[in-house]
Amino acid sequence: MLMTTRYFGERIKRNEDPRLLTGNGTFIDDLRPAGVVHAAFLRSPHAHARITRIDTAQAAQLPGVIAVYTRAQLPEAISGPLPKLIGHPALVHHKTQYALAPEKVRLVGEPVALVIAESRYVAEDALDLIEVDYDPLPPVVDLEAAARDGSPLVHEDIGTNICAHHTQRVGNVEEAFAHATHVFSERFVIDRGTAAPMECRGVVAVWDGKVRELTVWDTTQAPIRIRNYLSQLLGLPQNDIRVVAPDIGGGFGPKIMMCYPEEVLVPWAAMQLGRPVKWIEDRRENFAAMNHEREQIHDASIAVDADGRILGVKTVFLYDSGAYIPYGIIVPIVASTTLVGPYRIPNYHCEFKAVFTNKTIVSPYRGAGRPHGVFVMERLMDRVARELGLDRVEVRRRNFIQPDEFPYDTGLIYQDNAPLIYDSGNYPAVLEKAVELIGYAEWPDLKARYRREGRVVGLGIACYVEGSGIGPYEGCRVTVEPNGRVYAATSVGTQGQGHYTAFAQIIADALAVDVEDVIVTTGDSGAFGWGTGTFASRAGVVAGNAVHLAAQAVRAKAIKVAATALEAREEDLELADARVFVRGSPDRSITLAQLAVTANPLRGTIPEGWEQPGLEASRFFAPPRGTFPMGVHAALVEVDVRTGLVTFLRYLVVHDCGKVINPLILDGQIRGGVAQGIGNCFYEKLVYDEGGQLLTQTFMDYLLPTTAEVPDVEIAHLETPTPMNPLGVKGAGEAGVIPVPAVFAQALDDALADFGFRIREMPLNPSRLREMLRAAGQPADGRRAAAAR
Amino acid sequence: MTHGTATSRRRRKAGPVTRATITLRVNGAERTATVEVRKTLVDFLREDLGLTGTHVGCEHGVCGACTILLNGEAVRSCLLFAVQADGAEIATVESLGTPDRLHPLQEAFREHHGLQCGFCTPGMVMSAVDLCARRPSPDEREVREWLEGNICRCTGYH
Repeated sequence: MLMTTRYFGERIKRNEDPRLLTGNGTFIDDLRPAGVVHAAFLRSPHAHARITRIDTAQAAQLPGVIAVYTRAQLPEAISGPLPKLIGHPALVHHKTQYALAPEKVRLVGEPVALVIAESRYVAEDALDLIEVDYDPLPPVVDLEAAARDGSPLVHEDIGTNICAHHTQRVGNVEEAFAHATHVFSERFVIDRGTAAPMECRGVVAVWDGKVRELTVWDTTQAPIRIRNYLSQLLGLPQNDIRVVAPDIGGGFGPKIMMCYPEEVLVPWAAMQLGRPVKWIEDRRENFAAMNHEREQIHDASIAVDADGRILGVKTVFLYDSGAYIPYGIIVPIVASTTLVGPYRIPNYHCEFKAVFTNKTIVSPYRGAGRPHGVFVMERLMDRVARELGLDRVEVRRRNFIQPDEFPYDTGLIYQDNAPLIYDSGNYPAVLEKAVELIGYAEWPDLKARYRREGRVVGLGIACYVEGSGIGPYEGCRVTVEPNGRVYAATSVGTQGQGHYTAFAQIIADALAVDVEDVIVTTGDSGAFGWGTGTFASRAGVVAGNAVHLAAQAVRAKAIKVAATALEAREEDLELADARVFVRGSPDRSITLAQLAVTANPLRGTIPEGWEQPGLEASRFFAPPRGTFPMGVHAALVEVDVRTGLVTFLRYLVVHDCGKVINPLILDGQIRGGVAQGIGNCFYEKLVYDEGGQLLTQTFMDYLLPTTAEVPDVEIAHLETPTPMNPLGVKGAGEAGVIPVPAVFAQALDDALADFGFRIREMPLNPSRLREMLRAAGQPADGRRAAAAR
Repeated sequence: MTHGTATSRRRRKAGPVTRATITLRVNGAERTATVEVRKTLVDFLREDLGLTGTHVGCEHGVCGACTILLNGEAVRSCLLFAVQADGAEIATVESLGTPDRLHPLQEAFREHHGLQCGFCTPGMVMSAVDLCARRPSPDEREVREWLEGNICRCTGYH
């Protein structure tokens, strides 16, 4: 009997690892086209200022400098505001960034001039020789102040800093609040952070004037969309532009923007000069010029009955968009629609204002509003538990949507403009698993023991539902070549998610080949020209199902072609070991390699039923709406009240993202997300001063978690398949990061209950925690600090 | 004395030294090159020698992506000038395994999914090589302490 390994669901080592481990990856800075010249950008040192003069004469004369550009030299198509990405009726002032600053700069780091030189060193020398006179304007920095009447304006022409005001309502929250036994209100503040991928951004562009073909390598998460915008901005047909997202050193969201100024200017300069141009962002630039996230201020309330059952929830919040809002209001929509989580909330009111400030642009970063929504909701649930004297797990249990209620319509409209309908899930099972694994029943005893040992330790446990796998579509082409190998091309880019392996697993199963014989190409518009991008935990779901459909189509084609070759009936044929054979007669078989040749004959005819020549098929997957994984995280956190330092003693994730393609990769996604979540809670914070200067522009000031801070993450999975796609998979890219602030805050409250304060802000850090402890005073503060000395 | 004075005068006239010739051993092979004195070692390795396995993550010595071995010791190649490595023995990630024949440490990273995007990985592996050379059987605590200087944004260090 022929045996074939099944790969789906298996812990397969990654196909891409050998080249990455040996330094054989191709990252953007590894590309060195012949004759390449180097770009560097002069960036605004002011948050808000009028440019009164730019003099580039001296810079242009420096030996080795090839060109210096300011906005005055740019053609009309790229001298105005760059494209508006995602519109919304509520987004009334959709202001977008400029390739090079117009008459005024609106944030520190905004590009003002571009230098092209023989080396990056010389290009940076030339930046120092450009003279710019600025007339500083009052900076708009504080989010609340920016939203008030009379604030200085980031964009004078619109007469306000508020660019969007959006409300969604379910039921009647006022009535629910009026009749509720209890109503609790809180203010929650979440500050800025940055994705800080280990590789900064970069663009390399080559223009071949003879054949009029532009090739652009770009650290983007959306190469097809970049190609399409370049086509529009540079006046070339899409077909003459190839955009390749090579190996990318982490994306996490902000590498999807159409278009960053550099993504337009570098290709344009290459066309102007007829020479390849390369720009590699340095870390300092990355801090100021790559989009940020996270800043929101929520005023939230919850109404419950005497048993802690939710009657209504309301949040009114401010969203800091930074100086422009190209990406639209996706982040606040995601925040306000994620907030409702796994709970039955009959009445809900969410309302936000998106506000311009003189700070870096905000666009989605891993979580993309989800951590905010979950933080607000879970903090409200904790408040209910505390005020009503209920167990915090029991309060959640009581309010869960039950397994028989799916599909569950929340009544909201999600970020994809589709109804927010939870497709499937088993929330109580996930929670009970977490309760069991973290030892919740034994926690009071354990806590008492820690206390006796003089240790301050708290437990946190929080729930969330994650929107994933939204449309519009992705596609894939699968080809069996005469060498017997299978080649697949999809345009979603890869930033470490293991697509070369996960997609290969799906294909290997369909065609009964070895997973290492499936070669996947991602993120190359020249290999596959249709697609959306890698974001919103969607590549595995949307592209993964397109891969599945294409592979199944090739399988069907292989059987069809083999039926003729073997003179057998299609229904009698099976695939195994890279061959099609007649069931029961394994010696009557033909290899896929032979079929690939047979399917592309030199003479004769192609049967009508073959659809196309070759053992090849392209398929698209276009889900009508997203699919919704759910999870519960729990942690034990120890606080050193003398120093304000915290230690994660345990971290547990119980997660249900439907069918699992590769547990190795899935667990990696979750662990990495938790690490970023821990950073979001306690180490990472972007700090602006009153003048709008970004004070945190190095890894000495902006602290990323290291091996010393990130604990082992314990992970358990439940698998509730989704009916939304043939593979039954849900997304998992953001599962790790979403509830970490909520878990951390609850654990701190638990640990520090004696001090009588509750956490309402994120991120914290040792000094801020010490500040809170000092303000709270006794018991531990003075006494223990003194004892320690 | 006289000779020295003449040399300094000539140098003053000619302006500061901007280029220098260096000779070093990289991954076992002797290399000689004339470089700008301000060129960092990592730029020299990547641009002049084409060894692009060593990556540049922060250029201020925190992230560790550019970690190489200099005379057997793990260092940040973004914090050194190429001229400072004159006469040194250097090992980069290219000195370890090949895609078909991974170094045992590289194999271990693969086995345990110790990499995702792979950008910090060469630096991480070189730090690990350095650790194993010093302590052939480190415990978890030692591994965590040793790798503290290599930031990874993808894996959570598992």
